Amino acid sequence: MSDAVKGLTRQQMADRMAFEFRDGWIVNLGVGIPTMCSNTDLGDVDFIYHSENGIIGYGPVAPVGEEDLNLVNAGGQNVTMKPGGSVVHHADSFAIIRGGHIDATVMGAYEVSMGGDFANWKLKGQKGGGIGGAMDLAACAKRVFIILEHVTRRNEPRLVEKCALPITARGVVTLISTNYGLFEPTGTGFLLREIAPGLTVDEIRATTGGVLTVADDLKPVKLAG
Amino acid sequence: MALKSKEVGSFREAIADIPDGATIGFGGFAMPGVAFNLIKALLDQGAKRLTLVGNTTGGAQVPRMPDMGMLVENGQVAKVICAFTAATRPTDVLPFTKYYESGECDAELVPQGTLAERLRAAGAGIPAFYTPTAVGTELAQGRETRVFNGREYLLEHALPLDYAFIRARRSDTFGNLQFHRAQRNFNPVMATAARVTVVEVDEPVLPLGAIDPDQVHCSGIFVHRVVQVPPEPEGLWPTRRQERRR
Repeated sequence: MSDAVKGLTRQQMADRMAFEFRDGWIVNLGVGIPTMCSNTDLGDVDFIYHSENGIIGYGPVAPVGEEDLNLVNAGGQNVTMKPGGSVVHHADSFAIIRGGHIDATVMGAYEVSMGGDFANWKLKGQKGGGIGGAMDLAACAKRVFIILEHVTRRNEPRLVEKCALPITARGVVTLISTNYGLFEPTGTGFLLREIAPGLTVDEIRATTGGVLTVADDLKPVKLAG
Repeated sequence: MALKSKEVGSFREAIADIPDGATIGFGGFAMPGVAFNLIKALLDQGAKRLTLVGNTTGGAQVPRMPDMGMLVENGQVAKVICAFTAATRPTDVLPFTKYYESGECDAELVPQGTLAERLRAAGAGIPAFYTPTAVGTELAQGRETRVFNGREYLLEHALPLDYAFIRARRSDTFGNLQFHRAQRNFNPVMATAARVTVVEVDEPVLPLGAIDPDQVHCSGIFVHRVVQVPPEPEGLWPTRRQERRR
């Protein structure tokens, strides 16, 4: 979907989530909008990117012509290594994940529920799906952050009372960044903590499944720059 | 007596004995570490009713290189075991999907970390293990779970292989391997899980002692056959990925 949708751009949605990262964290970014978190300028805050294929401490995408074709992140992009990086095999890479060493994983999703369940591997009516590392990351990372557009192309909510699609993990999502704002699943609803420019609480309530509550100290979404 | 060299002269020769019905693991993740040349040789060799194990059936990247999906399209495959049977982007369609939906090929979808650990377990003599991954999902329905320290875990079984096809940067004649960067991925784990591990290597095979023992990424005890990849165009090498049309 293009940036022409209401509220925040895809980069702004990613920026908002990246502002949550703390110095020294080990972070795993999923494909799609989550990858854009790596574009956010976080000043002195430094952290380590972990990729499912065992690449730890990767840096920006390599300039054209300077790629190492044997160095990719989980999205298959030809990235670079940062000083202090390391390489492990797949079983060790997932030992890092299952062992609870990932501070935050950022993923896309089709749906997130009030209870913090989310669905991102199988579409309705599809036979099979694409799980990749999502179920391991979702079950075991210290924090599961989701970035997704607030509504479907048919204007249906993606923040829902209960997921209709097969879930990736149960009760794990702690924070959601959409083009409409920043939300927390509370178990009994979604708490709106920050609101995107140009949106009203009523508009958001009308396009959110389940119960929407509003933070006492509701703020505008924190933007870059 | 000197250790016998595991170097084999051709890809064809290295995989000639693969029988119908074999289970074959394919290392690699995206381009790096995929044994393109061995896959190509298996397309020609023609073994049938195979079970293929790997991260994905492939085919979403442009340009397309030899992948598990091509063996499916070639009518050689009964079942695949992998972390993707469909693409992550709904707009991408994997060539495999058609064969799965029509029932021509079966599939077992496994979370990527569970796949790696099932292979590791097979190579390490561990028949099964519990993992928190996939608990509460469709994949866990009807399967054994157990609570440890108040948390629910799912039972997963080891996944042994008859053959593994992997790619490395360099090897000595005993099959001690070094990988470069993301070439490593599943490859050392596939090697431990397989009865016969076949490796294609980027560089000429080195004499014993040429690789420092401290710098070996996969011991030659897990490696059985080594073939050097010839230069292009005879040999297949990773290519620059083209951005997909959206």
